[in-house]
Amino acid sequence: MIAEVGHLALILAFVLALVQTVVLFWGAWRGDSAVMAMGRAAALLQLAFVALAFGCIAWGYASLDFSMLLVASHSNVDQPLAYRLAATWGSHEGSMVLWTLILALHGGALAVFGRSLRETFLARVMAVQGLLGAAFLGFSLFTSNPFQRLFPAPLQGAELNPLLQDPGLVTHPPLLYLGYVGFSTAFSFAIAALIEGRVDAAWARWVRPWVLAAWIALTLGISLGSHWAYYELGWGGWWFWDPVENASLMPWLLGTALLHSALVLEKRGALISWTLLLAILTFSLSLIGTFLVRSGVLTSVHAFAVDAARGSYVLAFTVLATGGGLALYAWRAPAMRTGALFGPVSKEAGITLNNLFLAAATATVFLGTFYPVFVDIMSDNAISVGPPYYNITFTPLILPLLLLVGFGPILHWKRDQWREVLGRLGWALALGALALVACLIAFGPGRVMAALGIGLGVWLIASSAVPLLRRWRLERRDWGTSGRLIRTTPLAIWAVALAHMGVGVTTVGVTAMSIFETNHVQRMAPGDTVQFAGRTITMDSLEPFVGPNYRADRAVFSVTGPLGAREMVSERRFYPNSQNQTTEAAIAGNVLGNLYISVGENDGIGHVTVRIWDHPFVGWIWGGAVLMALGGLVSLSDRRLRLGAPSRKMKETAA
Amino acid sequence: MRRLAFIAPVVVFLGIAVALFIGLGRDPKILPSMLIDKPLPAFDLPDARPGTVDRGLASTDFTGEPMLLNVFGSWCVSCRVEHPMLLRLSQEGVPVHGLNWKDPGDAGARWLADLGDPYSRIGYDPTGRTGIDLGVTGAPETFVIDKRGIVRYRHVGPITPDVWDETLAPLMARLRAEA
Repeated sequence: MIAEVGHLALILAFVLALVQTVVLFWGAWRGDSAVMAMGRAAALLQLAFVALAFGCIAWGYASLDFSMLLVASHSNVDQPLAYRLAATWGSHEGSMVLWTLILALHGGALAVFGRSLRETFLARVMAVQGLLGAAFLGFSLFTSNPFQRLFPAPLQGAELNPLLQDPGLVTHPPLLYLGYVGFSTAFSFAIAALIEGRVDAAWARWVRPWVLAAWIALTLGISLGSHWAYYELGWGGWWFWDPVENASLMPWLLGTALLHSALVLEKRGALISWTLLLAILTFSLSLIGTFLVRSGVLTSVHAFAVDAARGSYVLAFTVLATGGGLALYAWRAPAMRTGALFGPVSKEAGITLNNLFLAAATATVFLGTFYPVFVDIMSDNAISVGPPYYNITFTPLILPLLLLVGFGPILHWKRDQWREVLGRLGWALALGALALVACLIAFGPGRVMAALGIGLGVWLIASSAVPLLRRWRLERRDWGTSGRLIRTTPLAIWAVALAHMGVGVTTVGVTAMSIFETNHVQRMAPGDTVQFAGRTITMDSLEPFVGPNYRADRAVFSVTGPLGAREMVSERRFYPNSQNQTTEAAIAGNVLGNLYISVGENDGIGHVTVRIWDHPFVGWIWGGAVLMALGGLVSLSDRRLRLGAPSRKMKETAA
Repeated sequence: MRRLAFIAPVVVFLGIAVALFIGLGRDPKILPSMLIDKPLPAFDLPDARPGTVDRGLASTDFTGEPMLLNVFGSWCVSCRVEHPMLLRLSQEGVPVHGLNWKDPGDAGARWLADLGDPYSRIGYDPTGRTGIDLGVTGAPETFVIDKRGIVRYRHVGPITPDVWDETLAPLMARLRAEA
């Protein structure tokens, strides 16, 4: 019964999304306020019905209704409730409904909070959103219905892949979707602007918070996914250049570019058509990203084209959305106002360069991800693309970009002088160069890349503090004034400093992990001791352990090192329902790095293979991402204040 | 001229879309390998496992009975999903050889020590060179080789119980019955 209610709700939501599109386009064309209000009501109703459908799926999992095919194939009686609920979006069908739910939430938020936008413009934005919603709901209904019944109902279900039964993976997909869907709002804004043929600073001011929110969610989502892979896959890798990861990295890279170009558009009215193009392409990559993994949360290299019906639908949708958007762009964008001019050394120029590097980096990742498909078509050779490709294409593009990041925030708008710029950054440049030279000497000539990476990291962290320090004028030793300046520092400046510092922190982490990781493998029995990376590691016990839906070998280690002693527990689990094995690694970490222990196969006579890694600065990789997201959040909170405040107040602060 | 810059994105995109559409039609799961009904390309690889003698893999090892050649890597999540199935097959006496593809150092050996080792012979292919000769597009991938060393079938993606029961097991039985 619940499943049928959910199915009906999904159908109604689909119809409402279509109504929303037609009514809002019609209302905007006729300029009829009453009709447009009806369209907004449709968006809210659609939200209610999608939420109901989502709730029905969750209810099916909670009540273990195995007559629902989806529930029977992704959960069983032994699975803890939290992971049964997480299975709501752990499967392909459920995750599509989650996507639609987030999309509908965005639509609802626009309907409620978007009133200060021009009414016809809001109507067109929401009409495009409705069309996207209808496309996704149609995808759910026609190709991946989550409410399929199973008859006769089994007594016990299959299991969600144990690798996915983890708190990290419970929050990872919703965050990614929040990011992808946020970019859909930017897309709708861009399409509406192209239809109206009008883009101004107000447009950018409206788009930026959506892009920012999406970018924050995507940043956190990607780093959560990477962290999950690190502790769950049992060998301490954190990035694999897998198509699935690339799928989330591409919209992130282009979204970062969009974030910066929208800033130029808002402040200076330049880069208009470029920003529109980025908005269209970022969403397009999000679409491709969703569907690269659409067969579930995680699949392999071969995720593309797992199911021909779904693949065709998705491709048709992607082509219509992107192709339609780009065609509209080709038709309408040339007639738009061209932006204000700026000098070759200026913040605008810096951001343009940033955009070019990010776009090129996105293109290399795109090429690496889809090259196998293209080559397969051109010739009969099948090939695959791995990390070496990215090392020689992606890294050379990212290094100069990282160097540039430090300059961006202190460049003046319109026109600036090289000599003055270097003067403003003097000590940060010196610090970076010093770090580079010190590392070159310390690491030796064979590790130039390591020195370069650490030097860049130091430069990024130092230069991110420059705008703050320049503002605070600490060198005058007038603490009263400095204190006041610190308190009155606009949130926007804090935001940039935090985000760029995060880039530096991640750079240090990635460099250290790529070059200084060490490991050791040994067969151990209780009582055995091993010396590794300045620590003494003793296996205290090795015992069987029984969990709710798994059995495990549990090894307890005591580790003594320079920072005192501690106990570490590593498990090797076996999930009988799905015949899967997983490793729960023991990880002891601090700011300087992690010790990572994973136990392997038991030989039956009391020995297990133990693998121990030293991961220097690995936490910085995700710490930096958290800083970036925090910078985004600070910026977002600042924006909300400004959006809420009437313009008179803004003039006062400016004066 | 300026107009061209605005038209370029849609044109490029349509090109990509056409390519993807053809790619979709050529579903890698049903795309027959160019090696089908041809002998295996020649290779002679050392073992990926330390301390074993004469258990490396050469193309000449595929004689006498039909065998499976499974391409795997410790970095590959789907291989991990497939692994219990391979263990089951080797316990049931199905001859399975492995190609340890693009694994750094002893990562593959450690992975096997960790999860169990279903392979009678393993060829170590860190550079992916042999993988290229075989036309491997990703891991896991499994080739069915008949008793004369001829490639008869290529399966892309993990061997699930369904794939085994419906496709591979009947094929192996048929190949065993061949003269």
